Amino acid sequence: MIATQIKVAGSGKAGNGWFTLGEANVSYDHPFEAPFEHALSLDFVNEALGPSARVSVELDVVSARQLVATINAILAQADHGGFIVE
Amino acid sequence: MQYATNQYEGMIAETIVIPGHNGDPIGAYVARPLGPGPFPAIVVIHHMPGWDEWYREVTRKFAHHGYIAISPNLYHRAGHGIPEDIAVQVRAAGGVPDAQVVGDVAGALAYAVAQPTCTGKVAVFGTCSGARHAYLAACRAPGFAAIINCWGGRVTMDPQELSPNQPVAPVDYTNNLACPVLGIFGEEDSGPTLPQVALLEQALIAHGKTYEFHMYPDAGHGFFYYDRPAYRQTQAMEGWKNIWAFLAKYVG
Repeated sequence: MIATQIKVAGSGKAGNGWFTLGEANVSYDHPFEAPFEHALSLDFVNEALGPSARVSVELDVVSARQLVATINAILAQADHGGFIVE
Repeated sequence: MQYATNQYEGMIAETIVIPGHNGDPIGAYVARPLGPGPFPAIVVIHHMPGWDEWYREVTRKFAHHGYIAISPNLYHRAGHGIPEDIAVQVRAAGGVPDAQVVGDVAGALAYAVAQPTCTGKVAVFGTCSGARHAYLAACRAPGFAAIINCWGGRVTMDPQELSPNQPVAPVDYTNNLACPVLGIFGEEDSGPTLPQVALLEQALIAHGKTYEFHMYPDAGHGFFYYDRPAYRQTQAMEGWKNIWAFLAKYVG
């Protein structure tokens, strides 16, 4: 089990609609659904709202690396355009 | 075991609450054959994905084969919801503490032994992290007559894998093990790998323990799970045959 949790701000949409995110769980472990022995799992949750407040994805390693690179590229582009104010 | 077509068969299966670690109430799913018995028993320890449908089915399977089977909910303290959502919470927290698991499994063992239809002989079964927990409990909770370790990962652990929740590799408790071990593994598993299974075997040999390992070709992690692509029908059926034979030999 390789897992860590970070605090996040944002919203996620699950079966019952949008909810406020509290945490993101990032893990590399056996997936529940994806047809791989291991997957990079992202679980966007809000523990204060209970266990069903959860948006989950399970990715293979190639997809996970592409996602990380794409997020960084998009943020760099937005930064370059002066759109990011932190 | 196969029932004859004119033979009486019945079981009861239900969720109950038992005292777990520190006396905490935890859920457990019990399936037991009807009739006076006496029946041997087995504690069925769920895997990382949680106290789920597959584990309900396996618990009933053991009852069908004549065992009082009890599967404790090791994630009880994480709250309640669908098993997958609870498992995600537990994973994010770094898993359940080993000491707590040992206490919960000991609670299930005590429940089984106390049943009036029980022979007093109790095995412990687990898959994946449940097999790690089964090995740990068999070493640290006295009273088990046999352990079935199905592809238990991290029974052997590198020092960097140790954590506050899992401070000691289960293999390091092998000296305390007082019952025979059945190991069911797949050659293509990436956890436990072939070298990790070999390390466990070396420890069992070094401590003079009774064990029986079966390594299945063309099988990876979780090859009993019929609901996953990892399922391997031939190897799984052979594995179950080995489980029944092992239980008959050591537990009754």
